[in-house]
Amino acid sequence: MRPALSTARAGGQFAATLLAATLLAAPAIAQEGQLPHPGWSFSGPFGTFDRAAAQRGFQIYKEVCSNCHSLKEAYYRNLEGIGLSEEQVKAVAASVTVPTIGDDGQPAERPALPSDHFKSPFANDKAARAALNGALPPDLSVIVKAREGGPDYVYGVLTGYGEPPAGMKMGDGMNYNRVFPGHQIAMPQPLQADQVQYSDGTKPTLDQEAHDVVTFLTFIANPEMESRKQIGVKIILFLAMLTGITYVVKRRVWSDVH
Amino acid sequence: MAGLHKSDYKNPVVNWIDTRLPLFTMMNKEYAVFPTPKNFNYFWNFGALATVTLLLMIATGVFLAMNYTPDSNMAFDSVERIMRDVNYGWLLRYAHANGASMFFIVVYIHIFRGLYYGSYKTPRELLWMLGVVILLLMMATAFMGYVLPWGQMSFWGATVITNLFSAFPLVGNAIVTWLWGGFAVGDPTLHRFFSLHYLLPFVLIGVVFFHVVALHITGSNNPLGIDVKSPQDTLPFHPYYTIKDSVGLCVFFMVWAAFVFFAPNFFGDPDNYIPANPLQTPSEIVPEWYFLPYYAILRSVPNKLGGVCMMFGSILVLFVLPWLDTSPVRSARFRPIYRALFWVHVVACIALGFVGAHRPEGWWVVLGRVATTYYFLHFLVLLPIIGKLERPLPLPESISRPVIPPRGGGGPLPGGAPAKPMEKP
Ligand code: HEC
Ligand code: HEM
Repeated sequence: MRPALSTARAGGQFAATLLAATLLAAPAIAQEGQLPHPGWSFSGPFGTFDRAAAQRGFQIYKEVCSNCHSLKEAYYRNLEGIGLSEEQVKAVAASVTVPTIGDDGQPAERPALPSDHFKSPFANDKAARAALNGALPPDLSVIVKAREGGPDYVYGVLTGYGEPPAGMKMGDGMNYNRVFPGHQIAMPQPLQADQVQYSDGTKPTLDQEAHDVVTFLTFIANPEMESRKQIGVKIILFLAMLTGITYVVKRRVWSDVH
Repeated sequence: MAGLHKSDYKNPVVNWIDTRLPLFTMMNKEYAVFPTPKNFNYFWNFGALATVTLLLMIATGVFLAMNYTPDSNMAFDSVERIMRDVNYGWLLRYAHANGASMFFIVVYIHIFRGLYYGSYKTPRELLWMLGVVILLLMMATAFMGYVLPWGQMSFWGATVITNLFSAFPLVGNAIVTWLWGGFAVGDPTLHRFFSLHYLLPFVLIGVVFFHVVALHITGSNNPLGIDVKSPQDTLPFHPYYTIKDSVGLCVFFMVWAAFVFFAPNFFGDPDNYIPANPLQTPSEIVPEWYFLPYYAILRSVPNKLGGVCMMFGSILVLFVLPWLDTSPVRSARFRPIYRALFWVHVVACIALGFVGAHRPEGWWVVLGRVATTYYFLHFLVLLPIIGKLERPLPLPESISRPVIPPRGGGGPLPGGAPAKPMEKP
């Protein structure tokens, strides 16, 4: 029962924040652990994915995150959902080689197809840990569904790096993060301002980059979202009408009962 | 006694079948002309809603099972494939996952309706007990279904709950190993849970059938809790209650659809989108919301075996409720003290739900213990006593001549019949 839990927790957090704010009057403490709410194109019952943002987000995933994080539940063909053409998707897939078995029965390589899953950066978890100082980067396919706070949380992690407060002892190879539970994260700050060059002229600030990649990851976690909401609106309208009609009929049928 | 049925149906084909297997006559008798008290309120919709939900759970479940793989290495990915590759797979899965929550909401309202209007009292004891069996089967089904996506909560929920059996002395650990099919929750556990998750809903259908048969023997209770006295008190089920149930069904579908299409993961735990990892315990292991009150009772008792017994006892006590409540008056409308206690009990149950969602620390422990104590006090002490002490309000003479207007629910009007023990039909 996460809803009640999180409401109750939010309540507790609110009270704690209030307490901290009044007792210590230290805004830095109130900041810690709180999620930013940047506002998303896809929230609400009519929300859709901002195509341009999602495409920029894909660029960030490809150029930055994909060095460490897999996206293994997703397919290259999913990219059509953020506005890439069939040809563009083919080209994206073809730029990657995937293992296969050749006609001679020996392991070989071939260019990926749109029907292939995104290629993972590491062969397995052990290889990832070996390359990353023992830390394991989670698969990002459903990351926004797998964290309390969803997109706000992932955005918060990406923008939450900074200097640790005085006196905080950081573990070896760990980085301070305001949002990550425990505030010590093994992932080095992945995004900085001007990390990438956007071809559409958007200014690559840190906030912009985080916003874009989270839009992309939310799409990857919920590729059905737009059609789900569209169908939902129709179904709710239909059911509302049906409820009205049924209720009128019910009143008619019952009119002779006293 | 053998012999052909004399059918009244004009249509020759229908007549031919009905003569040999009187299904049409039976449906007509039980669902069309069936005399039903005329004063039902909308709380009497929930039985129909539960039946429809069960059927939809089976329908969506069968299609999910066509695409689901019960293997610990593939289960998580197969669910993701249902969400991404199967046509409308996301709809099937979200309808099924939210359907489980809808099912429990509906059944809990159905049960509290029974508690308020005294539907468990004679002659409906067996009907009520079959209902408790349904609740237990639903819980087992939902618990095993939640294990199937093989996320972190699936795995650790299964581990915590199956481990409860280890509390039993001597045989405890052997039982747990037997349940798991190994020395930890693993592949054999997932396979058998899938098999049972597929089986139990059909057992449920069987129990629901007997639940309805028993209902049609005793007839329905009603908001006044008094017996049907004459045909003036009843209406044929069709069209009066078919249409009234349809209204409820439309509203219910709207609520269900709102979750499926706009907040499909509202009832879910984010941790269950992390693949199961036996080496990493989640920071908090929380069951689905519909199990939280029992979980709270479990954790309120300092002794493990005691907690397990109290947890199961909280449901088993419902089996003997018909004999714990000593009042002959059914409806809480005419039982001022019981009515107040009923609401205290509702508050206690909701409080237990909140307690179950929090770590057992500080005030939550106190609240959990107080609410647990009240839960049992209510059934085991208060109900037997107040049945004897309480002075019920005067009961109306009949449903069609209610001394108390059925809607207003105010005080008794002059000329009311004095309270008398429950009449035998
Ligand atoms: C140098 C490798 C590396 C790169 C590049 C990288 N990450 Fe990570 N990431 C990690 C590691 C390692 C972890 C695990 C951190 C931990 O558990 O302490 C992680 C964890 C995460 C988490 C999970 C945090 C949590 O709550 O558990 C998210 C979300 C995430 N990364 C997003 C991203 C995004 C988005 C990008 C691209 C902008 C990115 N990462 C780039 C290595 C990387
Ligand atoms: C009493 C009726 C039922 C209840 C209460 C119930 C409950 C559940 C629950 C809670 C889940 C986990 C959902 C999730 O979080 O993903 C689930 C999954 C599943 N159920 Fe059921 N179920 C019922 C009937 C059935 C039937 C009859 C079948 C098959 C014929 C079935 C097949 C499945 C499958 C394959 C899954 C795994 C896919 C998934 O996780 O979405 N269910 N069920």
